[in-house]
Amino acid sequence: MPRETIELPYEVERLTILGEDGEVDEELVPDLDDDTLLRFHRTMLLARRFDERLLKLQRQGRIGTFAPVSGQEAAQIGSAACLEEADWMVPSFRETAAALWRGTPASALVLYAAGYNEGAAIPEDAHDFPIAIPVASQIPHAVGLAYGSKYRDAGEVVLVYFGDGATSEGDFHEALNFAGTYGTPNVFLCQNNHWAISVPRETQTAAKTLAQKGLAYGIPGIQVDGNDVLAVYAATREAVERARSGEGATLVECVTYRLSVHTTADDPSKYRDEEEVEEWKKRDPITRLQTYLESRDLLSEEDVDDLEEEIAGEVEKAWEEAEKRMEELGDPADMFDHHYAETPPHLEAQRERWTDG
Amino acid sequence: MAELTTVEALNLALRQEMERDDSVLVLGEDVGVDGGIFRVTEGLIDAYGEERVIDTPVAEAAIVGASVGMAAYGLKPVCEMQFSGFSYFAMHQIESHAARLRWRSRGRFGVPMVIRMPYGAGVKALEHHSESKEVYFAHTPGLKVVIPSGPRNARALLVSAIRDPDPVVFMEPKLIYRAFREEVPDDEETIPLGESRTVRDGDDLTMVAYGAMLHRTLEAAEALAEEDGVEAEVIDLLTVSPLDDSRFTESARRTGRVVVVHEAHRTFGPAGEIVARLVEKSFYYLEAPVERVTAPDVIVPFFAREQDYMPDVDRIVAGARRALEA
Ligand SMILES: Cc1ncc(C[n+]2csc(CCOP(=O)(O)OP(=O)(O)O)c2C)c(N)n1
Ligand SMILES: [Mg+2]
Repeated sequence: MPRETIELPYEVERLTILGEDGEVDEELVPDLDDDTLLRFHRTMLLARRFDERLLKLQRQGRIGTFAPVSGQEAAQIGSAACLEEADWMVPSFRETAAALWRGTPASALVLYAAGYNEGAAIPEDAHDFPIAIPVASQIPHAVGLAYGSKYRDAGEVVLVYFGDGATSEGDFHEALNFAGTYGTPNVFLCQNNHWAISVPRETQTAAKTLAQKGLAYGIPGIQVDGNDVLAVYAATREAVERARSGEGATLVECVTYRLSVHTTADDPSKYRDEEEVEEWKKRDPITRLQTYLESRDLLSEEDVDDLEEEIAGEVEKAWEEAEKRMEELGDPADMFDHHYAETPPHLEAQRERWTDG
Repeated sequence: MAELTTVEALNLALRQEMERDDSVLVLGEDVGVDGGIFRVTEGLIDAYGEERVIDTPVAEAAIVGASVGMAAYGLKPVCEMQFSGFSYFAMHQIESHAARLRWRSRGRFGVPMVIRMPYGAGVKALEHHSESKEVYFAHTPGLKVVIPSGPRNARALLVSAIRDPDPVVFMEPKLIYRAFREEVPDDEETIPLGESRTVRDGDDLTMVAYGAMLHRTLEAAEALAEEDGVEAEVIDLLTVSPLDDSRFTESARRTGRVVVVHEAHRTFGPAGEIVARLVEKSFYYLEAPVERVTAPDVIVPFFAREQDYMPDVDRIVAGARRALEA
């Protein structure tokens, strides 16, 4: 009598639509027009090439530390593509692909990596948050934004990105609990890329999936093949629809892989085998989508060559634009800007003294 | 004796203390297999195993909170905050428990733990990786705050911090992690916490600094000697809290002129307390207003402007001249 089972109707689904060799489950393929599919591919490729260029620039000492996105393009594009422009995107620090999809100029991302605060500036009407480096700290903001949307009946959904490591921070748990309690229109998009710097996913938590962490907070969770852009899209779209229709938040775990370094300050050979990386290269999300698009005659080898050329030009232009901005942004006194709506007198006085030398 | 960098010297301290006392444990993000992102804990997991060198989840509150429990149990955890800018995630554990457990339990539970954290600007890092918020900790009764300025004293101070019966926030200036090498004796060496030292003698001016700024201050002192014929006495605090004011107040009574240098923000910065001590203990000997050469009251800018943010030799020299000319 005193010891009985509480029913917890909770299961974690795992969704794959586009297999590793490009084969698809036609039943599950989301309704996407050809142009959108091609745009997925284009932005994923752009993110990859941009990443590679940044890495070179960093190695040449022309920009500073940054966190490469390579390998996670499907997880980001598939999810960001589910948002309307008025929906909110709250990134952590690795969301280059999502930012490009949302229309952030690549030159701004370069400027950020080159150590200029201006690179984090958000255009007046954009519903995008700036990069948040403290792990998981952005997740509660997403809940607050979503509370605002609900309060104002705005119908805007808020999607927040974070990693597997972030699920260990209190901020993650407190935010999910809030979302469950207040029924906020959130999508919690976890990119489980298997590593939190040198700590593997298995060391991060004893839980079998990260998706199940929604259970304790009354939020459904789903695990998705994060290198399958169609599955990410399908799962996130469902989550966005739930949120928009007032059914509350969803936790989406995208199982993906960080193909590159954690940041440019990191040496992965200290903690992981190259073999593991090679295995995951075979599951490259871009190749996978490309194979699919080719099989549907939406893309040819020639198209890809043209696209590569176009993208190379775009990446080059981003660097040139950023370089030009950097030349214009010399004044160190800019560091006094934007601390308050109105700069207090003591700070004005300091600015003057600093400018005087 | 070996010529070591600060990183290697800290590693030596950890190694020797772990060897000497099996209650010493190391825990934090990436401190094990990776050897710490700055390699301070390099090789410790191979030598002492994963039970004593713990790669934790990304969870600062649990790292510090669990360390409080370990310390109360009788262990000596040396935990790492990957950067001081992430230690705020553990602030409630540091302020509410590490600093207070002895006090709250009326002496029953001491908390002999060390919270190591790289801090400070100058290495072209990302946002949150360059702050100097030592005052957050120095303002908290129950904590000690130690900031070394080079390999040899880093090693000796870390050993003392580990052996200290109370929680020590050990802030490592990352700008000097690999900037230079120093002879560090193989044999045990300690420096008592709460003692400053005089690094340069002089009777014309007193300069107070610590951490990475000590080196810029020393350079400024040399420039003053060469260009102005002024001999500055330079004092390295080593421990920010409890603050040893005996040396700099004595020096100020001799020189009458003082410059305080730090890369923490100006307002409510450590210099504020140092000036207060000077007013209390050396007031009648001061011949000029005390000069503060600090970072401004702005958030550390992204790295393109960080050198403009940090005090540099020119600014320190200029501050010294103002103190000398007044
Ligand atoms: C609060 C906090 N602690 C530590 C760090 C240092 N750090 C940066 S990224 C990272 C690992 C994050 O792993 P994960 O959440 O899986 O994201 P990933 O880097 O894999 O994208 C750590 C520990 C940080 N940025 N913020
Ligand atoms: Mg990760």
